[in-house]
Amino acid sequence: MSERVVLEASHAVAEAVKMADVDCIAAYPITPQTHIPERLAEMVANGELDAAYIPVESEHSAMSAVLGSAAVGARSFTTTAAQGLALMLEAVYIASSHRYPIVMAVCNRALSAPISIWCDHSDAMMSRDVGWIQVFCQNNQEAYDMSLWAFRVAEDKDVMFPVMVHLDGFTLSHVTEPLLLPSQRDVDSYLPRYEYRLALRPEQPTSHGGFGLPDIYTEVKYAQEVALRNSRTIIDTAWDEYANTFGRRYSALEGYKVEDADTLILTMGSLGETAQMVVDKKRADGVAVGHLNLRLWRPFPFADLKQAVKGVKTLIVLDRAFSFGGPGGPAASEIRSALFDVAQRPRVVSFIGALGGRDLDTGTFEYMIDRGREIAEKGTDGLYEPLLVRGLEAGTVVRG
Amino acid sequence: MVMKGYKLPNEVPWDDIELGAIVAEPGSASFRKTGDWRTERPYIDKGICIKCGLCWLHCPDAAISQVDEGYFEVDLYHCKGCGICAAICPVKAISMTEEVEQ
Repeated sequence: MSERVVLEASHAVAEAVKMADVDCIAAYPITPQTHIPERLAEMVANGELDAAYIPVESEHSAMSAVLGSAAVGARSFTTTAAQGLALMLEAVYIASSHRYPIVMAVCNRALSAPISIWCDHSDAMMSRDVGWIQVFCQNNQEAYDMSLWAFRVAEDKDVMFPVMVHLDGFTLSHVTEPLLLPSQRDVDSYLPRYEYRLALRPEQPTSHGGFGLPDIYTEVKYAQEVALRNSRTIIDTAWDEYANTFGRRYSALEGYKVEDADTLILTMGSLGETAQMVVDKKRADGVAVGHLNLRLWRPFPFADLKQAVKGVKTLIVLDRAFSFGGPGGPAASEIRSALFDVAQRPRVVSFIGALGGRDLDTGTFEYMIDRGREIAEKGTDGLYEPLLVRGLEAGTVVRG
Repeated sequence: MVMKGYKLPNEVPWDDIELGAIVAEPGSASFRKTGDWRTERPYIDKGICIKCGLCWLHCPDAAISQVDEGYFEVDLYHCKGCGICAAICPVKAISMTEEVEQ
């Protein structure tokens, strides 16, 4: 049984964390993430949630504190954005290396400088290689669902990795819309308590954070890499169980109107729904275009991508971050690389835009689709096209 | 101390590493001989030693242990040659001598 409620996405995340019955929350407030720790602190203070809330002095301490709570087997949560994620980064790597099933919500925000509190994906791209499982959300329902699912995946004995749930700052984190909240009973059946086999306990001494000399470091890192790739099986299982328990189905790479499409436009995060509106319009105009939502960013869904682009001529990828001096948008360049050995591959057209909170309207999506098809037709040696840069002529392509 | 099944790091294949490279059995450091970092070694003169145990107490590597008749002995497989024992000895029974290549 579900209840239909109206919640801000940040509060939907807090609700999921509460219903997951976490044991420890350590967080430092940063715009646009603040409403999540604020609401959780309120829940703990009101007695709605029986958890330790540690008000730390920085994000580095927030992650360090949940490393400690996870080490004793406590279900642990933290949340941050942009500069906060940058500051905690050192400890973020430790979480995945120690295989602690911490869940962290990141309200995506542009990295300084100049200081911007608004959304883009530069923080997510900075933390691309931290070894966490990473997913993106499109709406409030997904913000709730992914946060709950994250604990189920993280704590599976065949996974044991931290999970990062990305939600766009402001354009998602501060949006209020209706969503379905499941019953506590269903949540409890989906997410059982977990026992951490290697928990720090006086009666069972273990050493966490040992020294790795050159004779073992490579093996440890390879084991971590293989385990993250293997986590995909449980990632899918946990989504299947989610569909069975709550009736909503998610997957790593989700297609919208992809049947017979010769052109696909791929997004990550909340702009997906705008893209879908434009796909509807273009379809009505007779353009064979569909939308791909890249939900699972790590481990990257290679097989799903190859399957999704079969018969597709143009794959347009929108990135919300620069890879300075690099090969184009971070997602676009990974996708190009992923498809390089596919004989009949689409041309991958990379756009970079919607930075630092700049709106990307339906008109720009239409432009991307038209321009992407044109580029695919004519061919170009360009790396990417920046969108809506004042003083720069539309259609200017950046070359390597 | 003898631990059943303990392997040195350079004997462990990648797929036999504990989750998160966590050391699940205590005391494994005693199996890894780290004394070869040392540039100086301590020598305890039993004729001067008063068996007070300050060297044993202060050794940061637990490389000093009490042996027969209450004297103290240095485990050179683990001693790093830091010299704290020599500095702390109230009767100057411990001297540090430079390691020379054999």
